[in-house]
Amino acid sequence: MDFDVITLTDVSRHFGRRRALGRVSLTARSGDIVGLLGPNGAGKSTLIGVLATLVAPTSGDVRYGSQTSRQAPPALRGRIGLLAHDLHLYPELSARQNLAFFAQLYGIDGREIVDAALASAGLADRGDDAVSGFSRGMRQRLALERALLHRPRLVLLDEPFTGLDDHAVDLVAGRLRRLAAEGAIVLLATHDLDLADGLVTRVMLMREGRIIADEAAAPGLRARYRAMIGAA
Amino acid sequence: MFARVALLVLKKDFAIEVKSREILYTTLFFAVSCVLVFAFALVRDGRAIDDAAAGILWIAIAFAGTLALGRTFERERYGETLRALLLAPAPRPAIYVGKLLGIVVLLLLAETILVPLVALLFQAAFFARPWLLAGLLVAGTIGFASVGTLFAAMLVRSRTRDVMLPILLYPITVPVIIAGVRGTSALLQPVPDEPAAAMWMALLVCFDVVFVTLALWTFEPLMTE
Amino acid sequence: MKKLFTPLLLIVAAMFAYAPVMIANAPYESSMGLVQKIFYFHVPSWFVMFTAVFICGIQSANFLFRRKPSADRIAVAAGELVVLFGLLGLVTGPLWGRKAWGVWWQWDARLTMALLLELIFIGYLLVRKYGGPGSEKLAAAMAIFGMANVPFVYVSVNIWRTVHPKTTVVPSLVPGMFGAFWFSVLAFMLLFVLLLTLRVRLEHQRAALDELYLAEEDL
Repeated sequence: MDFDVITLTDVSRHFGRRRALGRVSLTARSGDIVGLLGPNGAGKSTLIGVLATLVAPTSGDVRYGSQTSRQAPPALRGRIGLLAHDLHLYPELSARQNLAFFAQLYGIDGREIVDAALASAGLADRGDDAVSGFSRGMRQRLALERALLHRPRLVLLDEPFTGLDDHAVDLVAGRLRRLAAEGAIVLLATHDLDLADGLVTRVMLMREGRIIADEAAAPGLRARYRAMIGAA
Repeated sequence: MFARVALLVLKKDFAIEVKSREILYTTLFFAVSCVLVFAFALVRDGRAIDDAAAGILWIAIAFAGTLALGRTFERERYGETLRALLLAPAPRPAIYVGKLLGIVVLLLLAETILVPLVALLFQAAFFARPWLLAGLLVAGTIGFASVGTLFAAMLVRSRTRDVMLPILLYPITVPVIIAGVRGTSALLQPVPDEPAAAMWMALLVCFDVVFVTLALWTFEPLMTE
Repeated sequence: MKKLFTPLLLIVAAMFAYAPVMIANAPYESSMGLVQKIFYFHVPSWFVMFTAVFICGIQSANFLFRRKPSADRIAVAAGELVVLFGLLGLVTGPLWGRKAWGVWWQWDARLTMALLLELIFIGYLLVRKYGGPGSEKLAAAMAIFGMANVPFVYVSVNIWRTVHPKTTVVPSLVPGMFGAFWFSVLAFMLLFVLLLTLRVRLEHQRAALDELYLAEEDL
């Protein structure tokens, strides 16, 4: 079931006359941390939706290893972890209840996993408080743990650093590096070049639903991308 | 797997509702308000016109049901948790069944208070044939909720969901209302007309079977954007 | 279909031009008098409405499960025609009812059923218009559910009330009325096919235009 590579071939998604994605092709391999950069409305969220099997492409082909998204069996969805802009948490429930519910939904049992996730989010002592009382940063950390509970193979993160302080950003970055080292494919969308710099191993620059650059990350690229977004 | 996930979703909805009790209280209060509003329209000289009790009961259920559906899915929209549920490695129709069971349980709870209230206010002999009435209520509630849950779930993506839900739901569920009202008022006759009530109940059961099947069948393609 | 369009247009025009003659020559019904002639207009509207309901429902299912955009175009065309022909029936029904029952609106089974279907398909058009992006799918569900609802509406409304002339009216027609009646039905059906073709073609062209816009952006 596990896949080492995801491949998109000429994937487009239109809403009437509006193009959210235009013939996007990309390949990401196990161990990659891909940064999807681009201004708001560039199609990053739609692309993540397509990769998460929640958005059907108008045309084109999405493959997870040898499987296509069209036949996407439930087990394939179980290998994907998504942290979206809206955090996928129930504010009325406690942090522990949220994690326990999703753990059971993914067929994982055990308090230890939930406890470990709480500790990893830095919320060990607030596990029984309702999420509605949490700050944005605390929710963000909890949501990240929720998305990673089932040790997904494909990790999709939409603006994962929103509301996090520097210390938390470092923790999250370390977490993502470890995941990639263990063989996951990590894709993170952000418009914040500073935070992505130094973390990502590959950079894809999106604009108006297209990938306009795709290359290995290297120091000093930041200034160039700024220029590209500004100029393009 | 299917049943486990459906029950899990139901349990989760239950846990949220036990904490806040918001939907049960607001739904119930709204239903009682409906009963009062209709009482002002239909009571003359201290007595309700014939058959009013059955109609008022079912209208209150339908109106309050729409409210409950809207609120339940507002919870899944806030934080986009519906998408998180759809991402789970479970058959997607199981999510639908879980949500449907939650709505049905909630509405049946509200009905246990609503029915005695209407019986009291309108001197309606609801309890002459309690099992038949319970059968009509359960079958009717499932019918209404089966269509309602699917429509409310698909409207989560739509900006105009608040107004679209009743617009789409009421015309489709008119057979449920007709069968519920006629079946209930058959039971309210001086001599309860059991064959008529049973016939309406059979119609409701057919409706439930057809529309639950249709909803299970269309849920997955409807939920992918 | 394109080649057939002009001949079809001519045939429909000729049939509608000749229909008044046939209807005028049909036997005069003694109890209802002249109002009975509405029947040649009223019943064919229902025939067309139901045909359109089923076309819309089936094509919506086709669109939802096979993701065929062309099925959606036929569905929307049929959905609009349900509303149009339903409206014709709903206007002519009360005209006849005024004479037969003495009131404009009687909660008669068939009229009520038509009113419900009309509402369902107005809902279909509303959700398409105001539902936002992706509303074609929501509307498709409405059409499928609307189609599946037909037997339930039929049974429930029928037991609820019946004051309508029974369906057996059709076989019991005086032989002289038959010709004019089936002629009207055929004319309405052909008109329906004509309008449907026209509307589907418009949708096709809209889709083609959308594609051109998208292609132009690609340059």
